[in-house]
Amino acid sequence: MRIITARRISQVFFFSLFVWLCIVSTVGEKFWQLRNWPINWFLQFDPLAAIGTILTTHTLYSNLLLALVTVILTIMFGRFFCGWVCPFGSLHQFVGFLGNCKKPAAQKIRLNAYRNAQGIKYFVLTVFLAAAALPFFGATLQTGLLDPIPLMTRSFNLTLLAIFDNAGFISAQQRFYEGAWIIFTIFLTATLLNLFIPRFYCRFICPLGALFAILSRFAIWRIGKNQKQCSNCKLCEQACEGGCEPAGTIRISECVLCFNCYHLCKDETISYRTRPSAAGEIINPDISRRGFVLSLAGGALAVPAIRLSNKLGRNWYYKIIRPPGTLVEKEFLARCIKCGQCMRICPTNVIQPGGIEGGMENLWTPVLNNRIGSSGCQLNCVACGQICPTAAIRPITLSEKLGKDEFAAAGPIKLGTAFVDRNRCLPWSFDKPCIVCQENCPVSPKAIYTQECFNTIRNGILTVKKTTATTIEIAEIIPADKFATGDYFCKIDGEIRKKISKNTENSITIEKFDKIPPAGGKIEIQVRLQRPYIDIEKCIGCGICEHECPVSGERAVRVSAEGETRSKDRRLLLK
Amino acid sequence: MPSQAGRTISIVQGSERAKTVNKAIELLGGMERFIRPGDVVVIKPNAAFASPPMLGATTNPDLVAEVVKLCYKAGAKKVVVTDNPINDPASCFAISGIGKAAESAGAEVMLPKDYLFKNTSLAGGQLIKDWPVFSGPFEKANKLIGIAPLKNHHRSGASMTMKNWYGLLGGQRSIFHQDINNIIAELTMLVKPTLVILDGTEVMMTNGPTGGSVSDLKRKNTLIAGCDMVAVDSFGCGLLDMKISDLPYLAKAVATGAGTTDFQALKPIFAAAG
Repeated sequence: MRIITARRISQVFFFSLFVWLCIVSTVGEKFWQLRNWPINWFLQFDPLAAIGTILTTHTLYSNLLLALVTVILTIMFGRFFCGWVCPFGSLHQFVGFLGNCKKPAAQKIRLNAYRNAQGIKYFVLTVFLAAAALPFFGATLQTGLLDPIPLMTRSFNLTLLAIFDNAGFISAQQRFYEGAWIIFTIFLTATLLNLFIPRFYCRFICPLGALFAILSRFAIWRIGKNQKQCSNCKLCEQACEGGCEPAGTIRISECVLCFNCYHLCKDETISYRTRPSAAGEIINPDISRRGFVLSLAGGALAVPAIRLSNKLGRNWYYKIIRPPGTLVEKEFLARCIKCGQCMRICPTNVIQPGGIEGGMENLWTPVLNNRIGSSGCQLNCVACGQICPTAAIRPITLSEKLGKDEFAAAGPIKLGTAFVDRNRCLPWSFDKPCIVCQENCPVSPKAIYTQECFNTIRNGILTVKKTTATTIEIAEIIPADKFATGDYFCKIDGEIRKKISKNTENSITIEKFDKIPPAGGKIEIQVRLQRPYIDIEKCIGCGICEHECPVSGERAVRVSAEGETRSKDRRLLLK
Repeated sequence: MPSQAGRTISIVQGSERAKTVNKAIELLGGMERFIRPGDVVVIKPNAAFASPPMLGATTNPDLVAEVVKLCYKAGAKKVVVTDNPINDPASCFAISGIGKAAESAGAEVMLPKDYLFKNTSLAGGQLIKDWPVFSGPFEKANKLIGIAPLKNHHRSGASMTMKNWYGLLGGQRSIFHQDINNIIAELTMLVKPTLVILDGTEVMMTNGPTGGSVSDLKRKNTLIAGCDMVAVDSFGCGLLDMKISDLPYLAKAVATGAGTTDFQALKPIFAAAG
């Protein structure tokens, strides 16, 4: 078998595996839904996630140890991951092929020539790693913005798969993601740029590729020329995926091991071997000292610059409700790679990609939005922490979440606290019975309780004309049938209250009189209300009340992050 | 047992639902009285919450499975188990155990999807006007059985077989809580069940309708069945220590012609099973 055939098979295999592992991250019982597949494999084999979290936390989450395999293989073989495994790279290669295969040879050679701009990816990597490593200001992990594996996982999870979900495939329920169009646009742009320059993202932007490029300087096997001189036909450079100039002095760091040069070389000049190229080779990435220092400083300064907003201090954004088990914000930001796995697996679709209103670092991190999805954070569920590849959301047990068994003393994990907005609440502001929030509160005893009150309705003081059996005729006109709902009462003589069972325009019928109101006397129509209160000690901030509140615009009960278990400084209670 | 014609109800004491429900239906004349060979049956449990069966917030899965089996035994061509829950539908059917129980008994579980709802106006209704109703499951069905757990419900007083029909409404249905008694009454005009079953084996006395703790439940070992849902619920509210007059929707349902609150007049059949 020709080596490029093997490479193509490998690319198709890993691309399909990637898509399959995204699909099987769907909650459900069908064969294509959750079935213990290793759905984090690509993220775990991604050394940028591992190195990034090592730099920010000085620890390695054992799940990310697999990345060591990728590092070792890269040191042995070079950038095999880029050319043979990376699903984003394979997509780029395919689209680049479609866009450029018809172009004349000379243009192909120009398109695949090395460009100085290929050094940009090293600066991107440096900026991210500097921001991650910087000890003084507190580290931030932003590799996930451009690391191709989280980027592609996020794009598939939150856009492509969701589009299929909503067309009735894959997931049993529709899936919605706030601001997904931005993620989709970035994905599409990165993909379409290949029509202009093949593997645009890989060559110029990819920080993971840059990391592999640096590692590949140690590669034992590399592409090289057997003799210094060749016919210089440049066939190899027509199809060079990395833009690494195999016809001349090959740039090892740019070579993605596509083997097109090896395959196309008519002279059999090019081989894959342990000896250096006879035509010489450039081992180190083309990155100037000045550029390196500047990007190091840039990354270092980015952290304090971003944190000028003081989102980790007094100006913390209370609408950022994190999933259960999420680490305290600073530690969370040191681990989250924005892959969107938690958002895909969440059965209620309540976990959403964050925006920048909570600070730059919040972008695409998991935030609960109780307006989207099928019902707040489900009580009996800890899926997000189980899937999180970096433990930014800890893999908690149900006992820990609910505060049971050995966690009974600690109590349940609170995501925040619900607040009733009395200005918008139907019973509080409009004298309408409701208490949907109380009904849906899943905590036992309920964290939402009610207090009963009877309010005299507008124009509800009426004059008695005549009383017969159980009916009072009144002097005023009232809307017929309106007060027979079971929620309206007639108050007689300032104290006795009777349920209204029927009313016409000028009469009110009640069940039974204890005291007959005299003609000319006053009665009142009152509505019985149960007004909701939050028991702050019981509320876990799950947001089911907010989701169900019938005030469908800005909800009349909303969860805010005060009181969340993970942040001691955001507490509301003294103990 | 000879067929007990009419609208009577049966009340069976016992702790095992599979036994009590068999007995209760047998006392009414057997499932053959309700389900004919070739019938397509919709079973509407209360699957409102993603809550495990032991907490009693949803219809007990064993009970659902038993009724599915009885339907098939009576010759039903197909049984569909469906609800439009409050919490995430797939999670509700999975965690409540109803999904698996129904499927293993041979029923089809139908989850709510947008296209299964149709905007409906109820003739003579004041509230159900051009409102999305979960009508999809009924398109090919000719029988309906409601199976509800007996639960405390702060707004309406009690959630029983009539309140269970709330789960057939779609849209932002929680606005109907403003007029809970009339919406339940209108549901009795909209929904004409073949049979209803009220499960009072373990009654949710407090913290309803979600419960959340086994301490919210009290063992009453009673299961009620009948075609008169008003009568069934009128008996049921006694198990919650409530009076018929505490629940205004019962009187309203009498006014819609759905049944009678005077269940004694129906001469209910009492028995014990298991």
